[in-house]
Amino acid sequence: MFLNRKYVPVLVTLGLLAAMFAAGSLRYTGFFSMQVLYNLLIDNSFLLITAVGMTFVILSGGIDLSVGSVIALTTMVCASLVEQNGWPPAVVIPMVLAMGSLFGALMGAIIHYFRIQPFIVTLAGMFLARGLCYVISIDTITIADPFYTRVAQTKISLPGGFVSINVLIALVVVLLAVYLAHYTRFGRKVYAIGGSEHSSLLMGLPVARTKILVYTLSGFCSSLAGVVFTFYMLSGYGLHAMGLELDTIAAVVIGGTLLTGGVGFIAGTFLGVLIQGVIQTIISFEGTLSSWWTKIVIGLLLFVFILFQRVLSERRISIKS
Amino acid sequence: MASRLVRHHLFWPLCVLAALLLFNLLYSPDFFSIVVRNGNLYGSLIDILNFGAPLMMVSIGMTLVIATGGIDLSVGSIVAISGAMACLTISKSSDQSSLPLVFGAVLASIALSLVLGLWNGALVAAARIQPIIATLILMVAGRGIAQLITSGQIITVSSDLYEYIGAGSLASLPFSIFLVAAVLIAASLLTRKTALGLFIESVGSNARASRLAGLRSNTVILSVYVFCGLCAGIAGLILSSNVSSADGNNAGLWYELDAILAVVIGGTSLSGGRFYLMGTVIGALIIQTLTTTIYMIGVPPEITLVVKAFVVLAVCLIQSESFRKSIAFRWAKRKYPAEQEAARHVS
Repeated sequence: MFLNRKYVPVLVTLGLLAAMFAAGSLRYTGFFSMQVLYNLLIDNSFLLITAVGMTFVILSGGIDLSVGSVIALTTMVCASLVEQNGWPPAVVIPMVLAMGSLFGALMGAIIHYFRIQPFIVTLAGMFLARGLCYVISIDTITIADPFYTRVAQTKISLPGGFVSINVLIALVVVLLAVYLAHYTRFGRKVYAIGGSEHSSLLMGLPVARTKILVYTLSGFCSSLAGVVFTFYMLSGYGLHAMGLELDTIAAVVIGGTLLTGGVGFIAGTFLGVLIQGVIQTIISFEGTLSSWWTKIVIGLLLFVFILFQRVLSERRISIKS
Repeated sequence: MASRLVRHHLFWPLCVLAALLLFNLLYSPDFFSIVVRNGNLYGSLIDILNFGAPLMMVSIGMTLVIATGGIDLSVGSIVAISGAMACLTISKSSDQSSLPLVFGAVLASIALSLVLGLWNGALVAAARIQPIIATLILMVAGRGIAQLITSGQIITVSSDLYEYIGAGSLASLPFSIFLVAAVLIAASLLTRKTALGLFIESVGSNARASRLAGLRSNTVILSVYVFCGLCAGIAGLILSSNVSSADGNNAGLWYELDAILAVVIGGTSLSGGRFYLMGTVIGALIIQTLTTTIYMIGVPPEITLVVKAFVVLAVCLIQSESFRKSIAFRWAKRKYPAEQEAARHVS
């Protein structure tokens, strides 16, 4: 055996991504260019940031349904404070990041101390954040602040094309997350709790602190994704990022992370997000395909991946025993 | 006696429902008035039953799925697919009110939802995929399929017969209530008067042990998902016939979440092993009453979600054993983690 078995799902995802990109390049002229690749990152930078936070939550054996709503709430708070109250972005952005983290920490505390399922608590969080958007305003608030427009329009040239500042933020987040997950104590604790919460507790690991931190991290990532989303859309709206929690979970699962917790990689999530991006790009290049095909294809891909993981993990068990 | 009453599984849900109704009574005294118009009953209470019918229907199916330790995220998509299928079949015909046509359309929808339920069940029981992911597949793809059926449009039908399912009246009550009652009675009888309920709870507690004890765990799991698909299919028919149209994009949106909420409020634990069908129905009624109340007291509908979030949290906290204990025994002596762990295993 040349490579460790645990890397197989990530490698399969990578292979699939390459195959889909190759298929797109063969079929459509103009598909094979660096700019198309960069656009994948530009259009999915907020999804990437959210998915990184979600990966930690899923690794710890939980789930966070509130991410899409927290993004919407962040865009709304940013837009309303900057545009309607004239606050400087330098104050608003750190404030919304703190707000998102606090939101996540609160949910984590409720989940841990009152032993209510993460599914239900984050569902309530999703309702709450989405509802708070409408308390601020029912309509779209456009952002015309010079700082925002400058960030949105800045193009960083790279060989063969350009990327936006959002992409840099997303890539930094991914790199930090890889470090956090694989090279720090916190990362190991997250994997341990995902493997077995009871064992971790008996080992003396700080389960309460780690679990709350994981949801705090996810809240932080969602609000950062919300800030990135305001750079991307230049507006705040209560319907922004509708259903994004599903896309995020799908990206994490396609990336090879098990929903039971304890198994998975940040790099896999990165590839999972890119695969979703490639599907959308192929559908837009095809032109005649309607948008609902995206959903059907993502559903099919989910199916294939889950089945594949199933077969793989079964083999691993049979080898062990 | 009092402690037995408090410990009854319907106590807290009924308290919440009573509190909501009491609030309505104080806020607008004519909330409980029911008038007879054209031989049909009208009033807020009837509205709650009528508009809550699809949710109750979906929640009944969801209860049994959750009782086996599973979850079904795809019900919202099945609601959309079933409505789309029926409306598509009816809209293609020239005589939209003919009995065989409507009957055929309804049968086609039900058959389709059974197949979708079977697909979920097969993934969970045969392929042994975690339920939350297995049904996530259909949740994502199903919305696309519903839009594929309706070609992204809203299909409207004008069929009196089809409209009867969701908007008609029988014995001066909305017909949809009778559909829910029939499914509820059938499910209660099947699970409480036969061994089936015991099988479901046993599989929910420990599927492997049940199989070793001679139970066909897989068959039980498969059948609850099929039943859940059926319930969602009927709910889709009620919903689409009530508005005489099918919208692949928005029909049944977030129904899975409301249904899971109804089940949890009703006292069924998401970890499986126990279920309370009546509790679920009361949970669904709480959600519908809450929505009606919010509209009635003139809160802008946009912030319905905020109120809903707080109610959900409050209901879950009240039901959480550790929350009640932490309120009741704040002064109790500090326990060390290992001690807590031991206490958890003993109790």
